[in-house]
Amino acid sequence: MSLTIYISRDAAAKACGAEELVAAVRAEAAKRGQDVTIIRNGSRGMVWLEPLLEVATPAGRTGFGMVGADDVPSLFDANFGDHPKAVGLVEEIPFFKNQTRLTFARCGRTDPLSMLEYEAEGGLKGLRRALQLTGAEIVKEVTDSGLRGRGGAGFPTGIKWKTVHEAQADQKYIVCNADEGDSATFADRMIMEGDPFVLIEGMAIAGVAVGATKGYVYIRSEYPDAIKVMDDALKIARATGLLGRTLLGSDRAFDMEVRVGAGAYVCGEETSLLNSLEGKRGIVRAKPPLPALQGFMGKPTVVNNVISLATIPVIMDRGAAFYRDFGLGRSRGTIPLQIAGNVKYGGLYETAFGLTLGEIVNDIGGGTFSGRPVKAVQVGGPLGAYFPTSLFDTPFGYEEFAGKDGLIGHAGLTIFDDRADMLKMARFAMEFCAIESCGKCTPCRIGAVRGVETVDRIAAGDPSAMPILKDLCHTMKLGSLCALGGFTPYPVMSAVTHFPDDFARSKEAAE
Amino acid sequence: MPATPSEERVREIIADHLALEGPLLPIFHALQAEYGHVPQLAIPVIAEVLNIGRAEVHGTMSFYHDFREEPAGRHVVKLCRAEACQAAGSDRVADHARETLGVDWHGTTKNGAVTLEPVFCLGLCACGPAAMVDGKVVGLVTKKRFDKIIAEIDA
Repeated sequence: MSLTIYISRDAAAKACGAEELVAAVRAEAAKRGQDVTIIRNGSRGMVWLEPLLEVATPAGRTGFGMVGADDVPSLFDANFGDHPKAVGLVEEIPFFKNQTRLTFARCGRTDPLSMLEYEAEGGLKGLRRALQLTGAEIVKEVTDSGLRGRGGAGFPTGIKWKTVHEAQADQKYIVCNADEGDSATFADRMIMEGDPFVLIEGMAIAGVAVGATKGYVYIRSEYPDAIKVMDDALKIARATGLLGRTLLGSDRAFDMEVRVGAGAYVCGEETSLLNSLEGKRGIVRAKPPLPALQGFMGKPTVVNNVISLATIPVIMDRGAAFYRDFGLGRSRGTIPLQIAGNVKYGGLYETAFGLTLGEIVNDIGGGTFSGRPVKAVQVGGPLGAYFPTSLFDTPFGYEEFAGKDGLIGHAGLTIFDDRADMLKMARFAMEFCAIESCGKCTPCRIGAVRGVETVDRIAAGDPSAMPILKDLCHTMKLGSLCALGGFTPYPVMSAVTHFPDDFARSKEAAE
Repeated sequence: MPATPSEERVREIIADHLALEGPLLPIFHALQAEYGHVPQLAIPVIAEVLNIGRAEVHGTMSFYHDFREEPAGRHVVKLCRAEACQAAGSDRVADHARETLGVDWHGTTKNGAVTLEPVFCLGLCACGPAAMVDGKVVGLVTKKRFDKIIAEIDA
């Protein structure tokens, strides 16, 4: 009997031992003379179960979690049935079953580089529909869906597209920001590694909508696996007509390239990214001009995050109203939550906006991995605020988090247990800003260095430094050119506000 | 071992990228892939071919954490220092790493075997502490696992 086994090729699975597992399965199958097909799917998002081995059965795919190479002989002995590592039908696991997977609909189910599977599972429908519409009609559909930039700023995607659509130029560009540098975020990486065609399709639709024929996806160098998958996917996309001079046989053209970053966090800021793409230092540009009017090479450019673009195909396929019906307030649709840090069930969970922070951390994440009480949750990456458990009733939405002096950013959540020292985390936020500042504006370049020094004074038991820290944060927030200097005060001030005990250091204790 | 840089080869590498829009970063990446660092003899050549100033080329190269002026050790171990890995205990692993290797961040061990680099997020935030060893991802890095990694590559 031939067996079909799925073992993810996602970097998180590899980091947990997926490559060793694949080798062990191959060796064991050869030893037993058993016919086995191994499919390297994307990630299901259940990182705590990795490496997750799935076996195709008539009832659906059944899984075995945290499988080591040394478990393989016993799995074969059990004929991939009853086994201590068995987790049952993978799609019945509550963490997976309770999600609303729109953007990640195929991720983990399919072979990421199979165009046949992509199409069989609903791919290309969005682009096919877009090719029947005018650019203005596509832009309207995206606007009506309520989709907002998933990179963190939350700017309405349709409005950005409208500006580029209406701009007159001989060349326009689509630039995908895949410089996902925020700690606790890996949604961009996961979709690029697990369903790259959906990003390519989204970029092609963007091109058709605004009249751009060329695209770039700027991927950070820390993601070698994603770079490889995207490169391979582009070749297949060209060979199958998803890219090229005649998109799916139409008279519309669109092609794109992968570009690799070089370890600068600030290049996740869209104007820095454009400078980097042009071959310059990744320093921030003052706005205006908006990139939508003068972006890459001075031409009108759509700069969107990976998840924003990867969500376009489902919106075009199912319609704006379908997407808009999910969500809360002005946060429409779904959001891939990335639950990370000291957490029991860490991973990616796509759901409609509106769950409370407490539901996300306790019900989905299962609390801390260490089993100790949760102390703080940083939401939105290194520029996001630290939330105490007293704010766990905050619903997950752009305005709702802004109302509590925080931000949702790219929807990453880092959970800390009660051993976390929030003064240390505030210092780290300033240190990180100092390391990664592009140097263009003074509040960020100098302020971050002064910030580290000032936190050190507080740590040494000098309470007179606290007003200086607050004043400095105020200056950085209002005076910085971009979100790096402008948002570093969020983690710092939230730590000060919500965890004052950690900053009340006495001189004696410090010495 | 990477080859000794020659101007002739550097010119070939540059020429391979001239059709690109914004070729400078791809050129740096290609040089570093070939030599393990960006040889400084390439700076004036790039400036000449792209018709930009040497200072511009040097300024761009030195802006990015990835590009090296000098070769690294035989193996590069990057440890994630970002928040999600800190929450999972990466500071303890990092202290242990610096102590056992006898180097600080960006340092290379005396025998030239290992260069230790900090990295701010590898996107492995739900299986931290995370590391990258010669381009390969490793999750759930404990002190013990770190020692095992070093023993394997240093052998």
